[in-house]
Amino acid sequence: MSTISESTIIPKLTAKDFASNQEVKWCPGCGDYSILKQVQTVFPDFGVPKENIVFISGIGCAARFSYYMDTYGMHSIHGRPAVIAAGVKAQNPDLSVWVISGDGDAFSIGGNHFIHALRRNFDLNYLVFNNQIYGLTKGQYSPTSEKGKVAKSTPYGSLEEPFNSAMLALGAKGSFIARSMDRDPKHMQAMLKRANEHRGTSFLEIYQNCTVFNEGAFFSFSEKESKKDQALFLEHGKPILFGDNNQKGIKLDGLTPVVVELGNEASLSDLWIHDEHDKIKAQILASFSDTSFNDIMMPRPFGVIFSEQRPTYEIEMQEQIEAQIVKKGKPSLDEILSGEKTWTIL
Amino acid sequence: MESNIINKNLHHTDNIELESVVIRFSGDSGDGMQLTGSQFTDTAAFLGSDISTFPEFPAEIRAPIGTVAGVSGFQVNFGSKEIYTPGDEYDVLVAMNAAALKVDLPKLKKGGIIITNTSGFDRKNLLLAGYPEGGNPLENDTLANYDVHKIDITKLTKECLVSSGLSNKEIERSKNMFVLGLLFWMFDQSMDFTINFINEKFAKKPEIANANILTLKAGWNYGDNTEIFATRYKISPANLPKGTYRNISGNHATAIGLVASSELTGLPLFLGSYPITPASDILHELSRYKSSNVKTFQAEDEIASICAAIGASYAGALAVTTTSGPGMSLKAEAMGLATMLEIPLLIIDVQRGGPSTGLPTKTEQSDLMQAMFGRHGEAPLPIIAACSPSDCFQTILDATKIAIEHMTPVICLSDGYIANGSEPWRFPSANELQPIHVKFATENNNPDGTYLPYKRDEKLSRPWAKPGTPELMHRIGGLEKQHETGNVSYDAKNHELMTKIRAEKIERIADYIPLIKPDSGNEKAKLAILGWGSTYGAIKTSVNELLQEGYDVAHIHLRNLNPFPKNLGELLKGYENILIPEINSGQLIQLIRSRYLIPAIGFSKVQGLPFTTAELKNKILEIIK
Repeated sequence: MSTISESTIIPKLTAKDFASNQEVKWCPGCGDYSILKQVQTVFPDFGVPKENIVFISGIGCAARFSYYMDTYGMHSIHGRPAVIAAGVKAQNPDLSVWVISGDGDAFSIGGNHFIHALRRNFDLNYLVFNNQIYGLTKGQYSPTSEKGKVAKSTPYGSLEEPFNSAMLALGAKGSFIARSMDRDPKHMQAMLKRANEHRGTSFLEIYQNCTVFNEGAFFSFSEKESKKDQALFLEHGKPILFGDNNQKGIKLDGLTPVVVELGNEASLSDLWIHDEHDKIKAQILASFSDTSFNDIMMPRPFGVIFSEQRPTYEIEMQEQIEAQIVKKGKPSLDEILSGEKTWTIL
Repeated sequence: MESNIINKNLHHTDNIELESVVIRFSGDSGDGMQLTGSQFTDTAAFLGSDISTFPEFPAEIRAPIGTVAGVSGFQVNFGSKEIYTPGDEYDVLVAMNAAALKVDLPKLKKGGIIITNTSGFDRKNLLLAGYPEGGNPLENDTLANYDVHKIDITKLTKECLVSSGLSNKEIERSKNMFVLGLLFWMFDQSMDFTINFINEKFAKKPEIANANILTLKAGWNYGDNTEIFATRYKISPANLPKGTYRNISGNHATAIGLVASSELTGLPLFLGSYPITPASDILHELSRYKSSNVKTFQAEDEIASICAAIGASYAGALAVTTTSGPGMSLKAEAMGLATMLEIPLLIIDVQRGGPSTGLPTKTEQSDLMQAMFGRHGEAPLPIIAACSPSDCFQTILDATKIAIEHMTPVICLSDGYIANGSEPWRFPSANELQPIHVKFATENNNPDGTYLPYKRDEKLSRPWAKPGTPELMHRIGGLEKQHETGNVSYDAKNHELMTKIRAEKIERIADYIPLIKPDSGNEKAKLAILGWGSTYGAIKTSVNELLQEGYDVAHIHLRNLNPFPKNLGELLKGYENILIPEINSGQLIQLIRSRYLIPAIGFSKVQGLPFTTAELKNKILEIIK
């Protein structure tokens, strides 16, 4: 890319270099602070010059994010950041483009753009801060709120089933589907790095605590007492383990996942080895969020649920152009103006 | 109006020279009338006629066969004089079935020629067309005032292709070529152009190409050999200005205008679009220009298509989105964002009959108010309208210049009539086109070494710093921003200031666009007809005729609808009366009245159809007599 000056060696940036001069205005204790911090922490490691990074956000608490990064950024309109980002990437494939969205922005008003973004597979990093509530509009249920959610607009409980975001992303042919949470900085940093490394649309859902309107929505996965039992941290090529001291595992009985105690019921070699490229098993993992197997609810998966390498839209778009230039040559403006059939009046 | 080609009832073939002729090809949606009409048009244009066309087809791709709902028509006006409209009424009607006759007979001139395919007038077709039992118009005196030619075109085509080896369906499909051949004979037009076209189109299916050419020639020979046609007509080449021409539709001219704008600005073109009638052809056409580094993106919806264009513009492309009325409504919120971001963007609205799905294939000028005011908050945008098919080209160039030089989205209005209609175009050569200068920001613009994304120049436009530019990292967005810094600001006075700046910025464009003068007539007259957009041809024709007849009238045509040319108010003062004809219930007239406080007279037509010259002349005479 012409705008990168490769000849000059720039000293490594720090997290501070990525902070803009704008005051951060989220509520005290908001999970968004942690996400901002982890992003600013890992970005120096990516080695991308700040001028080549673009944040495009929609509307909602999460969307203020782009004002806080000292990169290029656009705080756009509700639900549309992914497709604005697609336009940015189509025009300049060399930019590192990050989409910041929330559960309302990505799954409700922007649901259409979410699925089509995953299907098209532009090389974007699509971070969805999921707090299972509408925060900026002061506390209505969201498309990821549990059924029965009592909120501002549903005093008698919501009547809607929530989306299973990972299943939705798989159905939309997402090429990278991962989950992390605000209260696990190390894990989030690792996931941000994976998202950045993946070529294609990296969908990273980040569970984020809204202290004002949905305090504790994810505490069962993030807090010490319950985390070990209810959160499952996936690692590619490793057996699926959870529980205190990793004494529990999951094995597959055909297509049915079964929770087993290590030692008594099974040994490590019996367990399901996580293969993030296996789409069928990714679907089983994704279903853990809302499906019970033999009346047992499974732990919630975190980490990379699925990834695959497939061509990115902007590269194929560019290749089509280059192929046509090779085939036809670039026509002159005069050739375009005249078209194929002309006549002359003398 | 009586036809100028009334059959002279002579027994030998006469050759008569005509100034202009209007032909209406009419048939079922599947009869190939659009192709027949456009082939005839291309040939006539190629042989030097001036032309104007009006394709008119149903919204359904294949409405029930034989019904009036399924009638598809193509009207061409061609001649040796200057032609500005497809003609109010036609001299020749080709009716491939009873429904076509039923729909299109009312606008055939008295004494005009009817060519019918009798196979399309069997009992079933007559009933479907709504003719009463036993009321075949070919067999009673319904058509007594016309010169009717009853030909079993279906049967003749079958006979011609009996040994072609083609299926019945394929043979049936060739019958439009018979008609075309016959019309070529009648109007002394060469078949070569169409023969070349057929050979190219069916290069890989020579048996189909041969069958079509055979049928085309059979039609020609039918005219030549049978004595039922007593007259052939000759139209001399038009006295068009010297130069090289091509035939072009409005949508095609729009597409080429965009490619040319890309070349003139040096910016790659990005089109975000969602298919919608009658704008889709711009997307189709541009998707073929990959080798000109054109990126076309068929988005998941109208909103996505403008948002992708906004993203591309932000990143430094010449970005455009194309749509029609309902799509404009969906894009409205994003237009607000683009207004706030102050980035260049072309928004092309090919208007159609509304509201809602309305009349998707029919024309209307009813989105002017939407273009002016159809956004939340106060979000003024420049508006520019094309007045003819070929004029879409220059309109796009003008719009690009405004968008780039004034850093603003621009709305370009076209409509179904000029988008699908075509005319000869004396296209410019590349070196006649004015380059459009693009200046990307590359350096900080604040003495303290920071970058002010909303610092303005004398046009009040802000700098365009695209991502990838070192040191100029900045954030923009939909929230109100502080003057110059672009930081989020909820300050009351600042919001008022920014609102005023955004309005003033658009108003100042008037300093950079041409002053307006009458298109026909003088700067002072009894009556000025003030038009905009696709009514140009009809107004021009009627005013020119009235001027020749000695009436004191003038024609003023607006290209820039927002802001208006600076001298418009002054110019309008020179006329005793102002008539504003529009294909809507009166939208420009509201803008003119409120801006200039003048008692203009409105003239509306909201039938999904353009004005006829006669309608306009009658209205004008009613006022000035």
